[in-house]
Amino acid sequence: MSAALIAAVAALVGSGVYLITSRSLSRIVLGFSLLGHSAVLALLAAGGSAGAPPIVGSSDLPSSDPLPQAFSLTAIVISFGLTLFVLALASRQRQLTGDDLVEDDVEDRRVAQLSTKPADDREGETA
Amino acid sequence: MNAIIALAIVGPLAASGIGLLVRERHHLRDAITLMGLSATALAAIALLIDVQRNGTTVVRVGGWDPELGIVLVADQFAALILVVATLTILVVDIFAIGQRGTASTGDQTVVGPMLLVLTAGVSLAILTGDLFTLFVAFELILVSSYVLLTHQGRAAQLRSGMTYVVINLLASTLFLLGLAYVYAATRTVNIALLAERIPELDDGVRLGIGLWFLVVFGTKAAMFPLFSWLPDSYPTAPTTVTAVFAGLLTKIGVYVMIRFHTLTGMDDLGPVILVAAGLTMLVGVAGALAQNDVKRILSFHVVSQIGYMLMGLGLFSVAGVAGAVLFLVHQIPVKTVMFLVGGLIEDDQGNSSLDKVGGLAARRPIIAVLFAIPALSLAGIPPFSGFVAKLSLIDAGINAGSVAIVVVALVASMFTLLSMSKIWLGVFWREPTPPSEPASSKASKRTMNGATMAAVAGTLAVVALAGPLWNMSEEIARDLLDGQTYIDEVLGTDRGGVASP
Repeated sequence: MSAALIAAVAALVGSGVYLITSRSLSRIVLGFSLLGHSAVLALLAAGGSAGAPPIVGSSDLPSSDPLPQAFSLTAIVISFGLTLFVLALASRQRQLTGDDLVEDDVEDRRVAQLSTKPADDREGETA
Repeated sequence: MNAIIALAIVGPLAASGIGLLVRERHHLRDAITLMGLSATALAAIALLIDVQRNGTTVVRVGGWDPELGIVLVADQFAALILVVATLTILVVDIFAIGQRGTASTGDQTVVGPMLLVLTAGVSLAILTGDLFTLFVAFELILVSSYVLLTHQGRAAQLRSGMTYVVINLLASTLFLLGLAYVYAATRTVNIALLAERIPELDDGVRLGIGLWFLVVFGTKAAMFPLFSWLPDSYPTAPTTVTAVFAGLLTKIGVYVMIRFHTLTGMDDLGPVILVAAGLTMLVGVAGALAQNDVKRILSFHVVSQIGYMLMGLGLFSVAGVAGAVLFLVHQIPVKTVMFLVGGLIEDDQGNSSLDKVGGLAARRPIIAVLFAIPALSLAGIPPFSGFVAKLSLIDAGINAGSVAIVVVALVASMFTLLSMSKIWLGVFWREPTPPSEPASSKASKRTMNGATMAAVAGTLAVVALAGPLWNMSEEIARDLLDGQTYIDEVLGTDRGGVASP
């Protein structure tokens, strides 16, 4: 049970991170959803083995741990709201530029040209 | 006191809701925002006085046991940072009200209510006693900061906003995964219980948890090498927004890092944190030297100053952690003031690029004075607050025998002074440039200057109160490093009923 969950978490994190490294915001949204699911699964796995519903007096068997379920619910609601926000950003970017790609920073380019060595990012320009 | 703790969190949220309902009626909305922020600041001050007199207050929300429920803990550390943070936000809101109608303003219908949501998040993050509520508080802060950063919808803001949002979403997900990891290892997320149980874990698991949360909080705090989102996104936002972000957001990351890593006894991570601290200082100042715009230079200094606080934490000695706490108290108002002055320059000249502005010392001497005080303080020149804070850190470093980090800190200070001189030469000397048209109204200039002066007075107050603040910081550091005081206060000394599984 746990091994399957952990394998699923690993697969979701892997694909999520791959999608997030993309430049297109719609892919980033998908990647973020996968990462959110992986975190929820990890929380479930952290809760230990499943038992009876965690309602006082409903069963004599040992109940499931209710805390990770409460964490998961909160996390799902938050990631739902944030997904919508990123989609709104993507839509605005599409209005402005015609697509939803994350663009380069003009000022970064200027500073990068100051050095003779080619540099793409801040770590490079300050090295 | 329980009601006051609740007020610091629920008050700004309620005011934000009301503010959004009446957002089109400017004066009413501003009055509600100001009232909400002042109430929170007053609650924070009352809390600090009470904690000084009667010791830590713990609220068990809903009366649940700490094992299951949420606890809010107002100890000295929390109360002190809460006072500084809420007063800073209040000053920035006054500046924002003065800025209405000038060219560089944000959409005022959104800024006030969102600042209130941010305040609620900051209060919750500071007061919470468990990691999951901390996650929720971070989300509250982040959601409002996303809106504040991008609400004008300009192309540059969207570009940098996207980087900011994506990085923070990733950090939040890592936080959740880390929570699962911690819960699986200890069956709790309460910080006091963690302080008991984490030191008993195997070294591998314990250091894994420590490193994982170093990455999570380090991303929020803009620690090397996780900082590149910060100088990218901060300069594009409206001044008021940048001032709050620079003053508070990264510092909250440092605050929780100090709290978590000292209480859970992560002394073994000291060398790792020290190396990260040194690199953060150096890369930050080096980045600042390459920049040519006031707001961008200051953004890189946000990064470099984070290194000093990490240095104090990395030493894991009473003097070191106390120095980090004092530095935190000094840094929140100073960073905010610097960005507010950046806003004043932008308001006068239309932009803040060093190539395009000049001669402000002759034409607007008030701005020059308002810049000089926090700039010298940032570089650590006596008698300003930065000197007191840096002296305590360097003293702690020498006593701990970590000469390398002391040398790095001094070199970084020198470069800070160099880049402050660069702003001074570029903006305040040279031939005067004509002010931007149309100029802002007298009243709005007065309000903005007044707010900035209040914030400068705040930084001077840190020096005037340096003695008591240092004693308080030392006490805080002792309690944090000992841990037992915090555990007893939160869980109670008579814990017959709380059996660990």
